[in-house]
Amino acid sequence: MLAIDGSFLDFKQLDLLAMRQTAIHRLDPRAKVLTTLLFIICVVSFGRYEISAMLPFLIYPMVLMTVGDLPGGYLLRKILIVIPFALVIGIFNPVFDRQVIMQLGPFEIWGGWISCMSILMRAILTTSVALILVAVTGFPATCEALEKLGMPKVFTVQLLFLYRYIFVLTDESVRTSRARQLRTFGRRGLGIRQFGSMIGHLLLRTWNRAERIHMAMLARGFSGEFHTTHRQSRFGREEIVFMGGWITFFALFRVYNAPQLLGRLFTGTMP
Amino acid sequence: MHMADALVSPAVGGTLWAASATMIAYCSSRVRKNLDERKVPLMGALGAFVFAAQMINFTIPATGSSGHLGGGLLLAILLGPHAAFLTIASVLMVQALFFADGGLLALGCNTINLGAFPAFIAYPLIYKNLVGRKTCQSRMVMAGIIAAVVGLQLGSLGVVLQTVVSGVSALPFNTFLLLMQPIHLAIGVVEGVVTVLIVSFIYRARPEVLESVLQDKPPAELPVRPLLAVLLVSALLIGGGLSWFASDSPDGLEWSIAKITGSGELPETDHKGHKQLAAIQEKTALLPGYSLPAETRDGHDPTPTTSEERFGTSLAGIVGGTLTLAFCLLIGIFLKKRAHSHRIQASR
Repeated sequence: MLAIDGSFLDFKQLDLLAMRQTAIHRLDPRAKVLTTLLFIICVVSFGRYEISAMLPFLIYPMVLMTVGDLPGGYLLRKILIVIPFALVIGIFNPVFDRQVIMQLGPFEIWGGWISCMSILMRAILTTSVALILVAVTGFPATCEALEKLGMPKVFTVQLLFLYRYIFVLTDESVRTSRARQLRTFGRRGLGIRQFGSMIGHLLLRTWNRAERIHMAMLARGFSGEFHTTHRQSRFGREEIVFMGGWITFFALFRVYNAPQLLGRLFTGTMP
Repeated sequence: MHMADALVSPAVGGTLWAASATMIAYCSSRVRKNLDERKVPLMGALGAFVFAAQMINFTIPATGSSGHLGGGLLLAILLGPHAAFLTIASVLMVQALFFADGGLLALGCNTINLGAFPAFIAYPLIYKNLVGRKTCQSRMVMAGIIAAVVGLQLGSLGVVLQTVVSGVSALPFNTFLLLMQPIHLAIGVVEGVVTVLIVSFIYRARPEVLESVLQDKPPAELPVRPLLAVLLVSALLIGGGLSWFASDSPDGLEWSIAKITGSGELPETDHKGHKQLAAIQEKTALLPGYSLPAETRDGHDPTPTTSEERFGTSLAGIVGGTLTLAFCLLIGIFLKKRAHSHRIQASR
């Protein structure tokens, strides 16, 4: 698991990025969510030995990053942290798949290496797009979009409560963890009984807090749903252009392997 | 243990996405109908709690390595199955969106692996049955460990199946299984111990938190007997009657083997173990090939007539159906007896 302070700060950073005002940020969240999901389905539907065909798909995250004014280094760091988990499985491919598929001059390349690179490519594409979605949409707007697309209201309310409480509870968690660290004198943690007691206290405080907050909300007229649409959300011309354009792009590059065509064009015309 | 999008195929991801979306819809309607409104903010708070608790590590006593709480079983104990499933699903969604921990398409897989198995199998079928009404320490510890182990084993089995069926990774099923299951056995034991530690702490400090869930009345009794009768009759009809129309053409597996190797079945190996097992199977099979064995009759007519062949297949269908139903009934009776004996013990 990530170090507690670092991951908490990351969390807030992503949330802050979502509050910027760019052309992408102003789009209706439904368009962004649907386009991202379609992107993932397209990428994941490639055969296991495809690498070059997936390269044009890098354009979508790059365009969103540049138009959405997102910090490239920050996103790259987050992607690099998560990639190893997919690679741990992918690295077994060369072990089990030794069929020679490609030949580069004197080098014979096993199918296993190709499929491992393919897994890496997929991991980069899918994780970057998931992070970018939150960075240009924001979590409440994403929940709103999903609700309009059919998610049950109870689940939406649950997600929004979770979102609000996470900041409070991770604050407490950081303080508790630091207090424990300061009392450990070099060993790691204070043992499992202490952990149980720490978490138990955190749980009791959470429980009490939830009851108090719910009473306070009821006293202020909470009736079971959050009214967060302070912005008119409409599915207008820009959204249709955005979605239509990208879907055409995905379909085109899913069917035609552009890098290969390009390569053949170049090597064909070379003397 | 979160599945990544990079290892999943659209078919697997899409199917499980649809399945978990259906379950979320069902649980949402259950929560809205049955439970008081106080529970939804509590679900959000506990979800955030699990999130926060996962960030605090503890050292595992014997090994010196560190672990963190999973939380599925704990949520099921505190909230009940349906609310816990929603909470776990929401935590996984936040993890997928904010930390890219688990893919967006693989969210369905992860919800089933880490949510459905602890909330709908480990908790109600194992933990609740083992603990019953008494909350004595030793019983809780045992129940917690077994429930956590089973939940995590099912979850990791889910990961293995989804990865292998997707076909992106080249890991064969057996190797992957051997890698995942032992690790998650150890993790399950630790998870069970930690969960029970927290639950017993809560029980000492504020027992009413647990009481409200223990008092949960089971759903209204389904009319079991008519249901069983209908199932039995349908099994007999299907096994007995419809099996006459069972196709003689090769099934999907035989067809693909024929295409690959050129013969209907795989060639016999010289391996001694295989031969011994094959011999045992030949001796014990009462109805080889789903019809009556030709040797048991007079022997002068090797090809059975149509009506006799049909009888053999029907017999196989009926026998198979009855055996399966009997097996299911046995499991049901066994579980019911356990719950019954617990109730008797508790009321003494």
